[in-house]
Amino acid sequence: MTAPLLEVVGLEKSYGAIRAVDGVSFSVMPGEIFGVIGPNGSGKTTMFNSVLGQIRPSAGTIALEGRDITHLSPLQLSRRGVGRTFQALQVFGQMTVRDNLIVAAQEHRGTLLRRLFAAADNGLGARADELLAQFRLRDVAHRRAGELSYGQQKLVDIAMAFMSDPVLVLLDEPCAGVHPGLVDGIRRLLQELNQARRRSFVVIEHNMEFVQQLCHRILVMVEGRVLAIGTPAEIRANRQVLDAYLGA
Amino acid sequence: MTRRSHWLIGGGAAIVLLGAPGLLRSYGVYLLSYWLVFVVATMGLNLTVGYAGQVSLGHAAFLGVGAYSVAILMKAGHSFWLGLPVAAALCFVLGLGLGFPALRVQSIYLAFATLGFNVAMWLVMRNEEWLTGGTSGITDVGRPGVLGWSLTGGRAYYYFELAVAAALGALLWRLLRSPWGRAFTALRDNPIRAESLGIHVQAYTLLAFAIGAAYAGVAGALFAGLVQFVEPTPFSLGASFLMYLMVVVGGAGSVFGPALGAAVGVLLPEWLRFAQGWYLVAFGVAVVLLMRWLPGGLVSIPDRVRARRAGAAPTTRGRT
Repeated sequence: MTAPLLEVVGLEKSYGAIRAVDGVSFSVMPGEIFGVIGPNGSGKTTMFNSVLGQIRPSAGTIALEGRDITHLSPLQLSRRGVGRTFQALQVFGQMTVRDNLIVAAQEHRGTLLRRLFAAADNGLGARADELLAQFRLRDVAHRRAGELSYGQQKLVDIAMAFMSDPVLVLLDEPCAGVHPGLVDGIRRLLQELNQARRRSFVVIEHNMEFVQQLCHRILVMVEGRVLAIGTPAEIRANRQVLDAYLGA
Repeated sequence: MTRRSHWLIGGGAAIVLLGAPGLLRSYGVYLLSYWLVFVVATMGLNLTVGYAGQVSLGHAAFLGVGAYSVAILMKAGHSFWLGLPVAAALCFVLGLGLGFPALRVQSIYLAFATLGFNVAMWLVMRNEEWLTGGTSGITDVGRPGVLGWSLTGGRAYYYFELAVAAALGALLWRLLRSPWGRAFTALRDNPIRAESLGIHVQAYTLLAFAIGAAYAGVAGALFAGLVQFVEPTPFSLGASFLMYLMVVVGGAGSVFGPALGAAVGVLLPEWLRFAQGWYLVAFGVAVVLLMRWLPGGLVSIPDRVRARRAGAAPTTRGRT
């Protein structure tokens, strides 16, 4: 049996008396697209940020490829091959789109001193051009990222997470604020990346259609706890989920 | 600005700077040399402030350490050519030390930390008479020679400073086009995102301070040779504020910004001398007006003109 890529066991995060994340356990298999859904305030982003080292969990363990990563910093996680996007746009607005992609992976190549004497693109130009083409951003490659439309910036943001060829990417609401016409495009891109490179993703998203079409399994969180985990069909048929979240 | 316009501006500036001493009297050449000292110092501050996004109000302390390093070593019988690298290296190490508060505090708190550093260093310069000569300072600091060519004359020293400024400008240009430059910009624009991409925020923050400080150390060494007298007054807090102003007025985070800003800080007060007792007031008003109309600094003028022609709002380059 294949070992999980990411394994979260009994994760908790408390703020005083409030338990934002309460004993969450799940695992993500290699090549799997794993969705996380739940109403606002259910603890999805807190759980996400705990896994990503942005906040320190109160209890529980997190393992990547069998190795404990519970208290690693975002920097260390990035170097272990964990990529991420944030809920709000996080591109570097003053840099060109191509430079945004290059900066997303440059620290994964060579030592600090070698990077001082390296070529401007640190040998990442070809990889950046490949992703620019895949994300249909070639025409705006040399424009400042801050000058692009919201949807294009969102694509840059997602492409950045894949530049360093991470083993696991956590995407926090990749469709938030995006024009409905682009949502299908983002889904297809993620499916292509998943199939071509057998990359695993964890995706938080409110767009139910997007999650159901994209994800292999879905975790439903309510009030900091896991309500259900299953395939999209199982989640759709789950009475508890229907009552607590999908009821309408 | 495009690469072509960078080369055009650079080439035009080189012609003017090489030819200017032939058209100026000795005081004019001295003023240009004084301006070059601040061009070098603010190049470093621009890296710290404009590219890496850190606040530093302690830059004059590094200028002072550089100047005193050369003056003390030359007084002890050593060459300027030993003093120059010692000044840069000592300031680099001190810059690493000053960078540490930036790992813990940001914005106004970091400003106060660096401000405290400047005050402490200034007090050392003023009170440690056995080392610095106290308020009497160190006199008769010599000027160096190079390959048998004396740099004691005003014009020769100006060209020496110009060569050093050009070399350091080229080095900075290369640095900013390396992955380091991109990491500095990422750190300035969004440190949380930068860290999530594997950029070592602590290492780059310290490097931004240290390299910026080393530039100020070299500027201080040039200052010592230019003025030939080193005492604490030019390295007080006021000088740090003035250098910060130069970076912002010129255009933080732009290659040519410090040169323009240093011209405003050094040359503009001289041009306003016609206002006699009011010249510093006129200088203050000019700076306020510049900041009101050009928040992106003098380098943003072409962008503003283009934006006005296109009927769109101008974009502001860089950040302070």
